[in-house]
Parts: sequence; C-alpha cells; structure tokens
Amino acid sequence: MDVFQLTSFQKDILKEIGNIGAGNAATSLSQLLGSKIDMMVPNVEIADFNEVIDLVGGPEQPIVGLMFQVEGEITGVMAIVVDVEEAEYFVQKLTHNKDFQLSEQTNGAELEIAMSALSEIGNILTGSYLSALSDFTGMNLQPSIPHLGIDMAGAIMTVGLLEISQVTDYCIIIDTEIRQEEQGHEQIRGNFLFIPDPESFQKLFAKLGWN
Amino acid sequence: MTMMKTIVNVGIADTKTVSSPNTIRTLGLGSCIGTVLYDERSGIAGLSHILLPDSSQARAGNISPMKYADTAIPQLLEMLHEQGARNIKAKMAGGAQMFQAGKGTSFMRIGDKNIEAVQNALRKLNIKVVSADVGGNLGRTIEFDPVTSKLSIRKRNQDVFTI
Repeated sequence: MDVFQLTSFQKDILKEIGNIGAGNAATSLSQLLGSKIDMMVPNVEIADFNEVIDLVGGPEQPIVGLMFQVEGEITGVMAIVVDVEEAEYFVQKLTHNKDFQLSEQTNGAELEIAMSALSEIGNILTGSYLSALSDFTGMNLQPSIPHLGIDMAGAIMTVGLLEISQVTDYCIIIDTEIRQEEQGHEQIRGNFLFIPDPESFQKLFAKLGWN
Repeated sequence: MTMMKTIVNVGIADTKTVSSPNTIRTLGLGSCIGTVLYDERSGIAGLSHILLPDSSQARAGNISPMKYADTAIPQLLEMLHEQGARNIKAKMAGGAQMFQAGKGTSFMRIGDKNIEAVQNALRKLNIKVVSADVGGNLGRTIEFDPVTSKLSIRKRNQDVFTI
C-alpha cells in the first residue's frame, strides 16, 4: 500500500480518528478550564515538512508546542500547538494568577510553575486523545513524557518530525483545531496534530477491517 | 533603472543559490542548520537548510539529499562552482537543542550532531568557516547578504545581530 495515496474512504477513517481523539481531548480541556471548547472538523493532509509548519502559522510564528512520541501498536508524533497568549490563558486559569505572562521577564520560579502546568495540560489532553483512540481501535497506545517548547514554529515542529523524516519527505497529518470563545476574552485557538509513522497506517487500516 | 532586490526563501531540507544584490534566507531554524557558502568576489552565495546529519542513517530510498549535512553541503558547493563561484567560504547557524534532553529519544540531542556533521562536511571540502552561531536553545531566522557577506540572525525576543 502506498500510504500517500489515500482513498477518500481511508481519509474519512483518519478524520474519524481526529474526531474521536480530539473530541475526547476537547472535553477534558473544557472540564479543566471550566469553559466551552469547540472543535472544528478535522483535516487530513498529506504534507511535506514545510507545509506541516504552514499549518500552524508558518516557520516564524511564535508558538507553544507540546510534543509527544506515541508508543505502542501505532507509533508517531502528537503535537499540541497553541498561541503564546492561549498558553498564558491556560496557566492563568490553572494557577489562578490572572496576570501571568510568558515573556523574557517572567521570573524563574513563575516560569517553572507555568511550564509544569502546561506540561500537565499536555499530558491530560494527549492521554485523552490516545485513550479514545485505543478504545476505538482496540490497540494499545501511550504517550511519552511531554517535550515543551516556546519558540518559532519551524524550530519546534521540525524536532517532532525528525523521526519520520528518516523514512520519508512527506507525512499524513490529522489536524484538529479547537476554539474557545469567552466573554471578555478574544477567541483563542489551538491545534492537535497527530502524525502517525508511515508504517502505522497499514496496521491501523488492517485493524479496523478497512484495508 | 532601479534594481529590484528580492529575498530568496529556502525551506526545510532545501538548498538554493543567490547572487547580489539579492539576499537569501531561511526561517525558524531549530535543531536544523543553515549553512551559507559564498564567494565574496563574484557575489554568488548559496544556503542549505539541513535537518539531519547523516544520509547513511536513512531508512528508505528516494530521500532528498538536501535533507542531510553529508550530502547537501557537497551539492551546494557543486551548484556554486557551476555558477562560477571560486574561493568559497562558509558561515553557519542553528543546531539548537529545542527541548530539554530527558528520557526522550536521541533526537532531542540532534542539534549537536548536526553541527558536527556540517563542520565535518566543510572540513572535507576544505571550506573555511568564517563565523558561526550554533547551539543554545533558541530558534533562529537567518538572512545572508552577498553584498556585505554578513549573515544576520534573529532569535525570539532578541535584536537582530550579524556575524
């Protein structure tokens, strides 16, 4: 099977994976923040590395990226990408510190608490995404420890793509955007990106009985 | 007649050349390395954006040689020679460690391996590295101007500087 020739049916299966995984993660996030989170229809894209980075705003876009290796019967990379402002909002909500800001002036102790809060959000969201996927596929999937980076999107995302880049120049990416609207707070957005290793697709389709 | 100046953009795992007065840049380098090879006299320069150190580690065929330090640097040199560039020198930037190396895979330390691989490739070709800004833990955007032979570097929340 050439994984880069997806039928529209296979594409729909992958979209459903985004729906199930990100749907469960969005529910966890809304419970965590105590506010409503909307999930967009997942996008399944076959993209080269430059295009993957364009999906999250282009190489120079400042982002907060949480990367996980996905381990188990399916392997790959899970990335949660949010704007810096959104990450600040997460930390404000979780630590009850309304004035928290992520900048070069943020002091060491405050930054450490923020990094740990963000990593924990990442753990919870990736855990929700993958456990929903485990239930759906009957396959065992676990996340690695989180790798948190705050920098230009190109600099952060390429590290997540290194493993895949040893095998191919393209990847299939299941991209699900979440949005939240709250009074007095402008709309914030984030992306769940699930990038399975190429060899995982065959296993996935076989397991689901749609080869 | 005024001469239009354009900026040539180099993507990930890509290599391009430029001649003055145009400039060449690559955005958002993390553990990747941007290597500029240039000939001051002719104003011809090239930029390679490599992702990985060693093409022999590739686990599949049909992979772009521009992705690896050991294959991209010689190809860039050849491209420049074909355009008549001589007396080629190098400047390089990148190779940051974007994530704290914990229990993660060896890829968390790829920046250092990339730096070493680019340095080795340049040494083999007898190309002198005039200046470099490598390592650290910040992403970089770099732009090279063949007119001045300066490489300008921008990091997050920092002023632009040149090497």
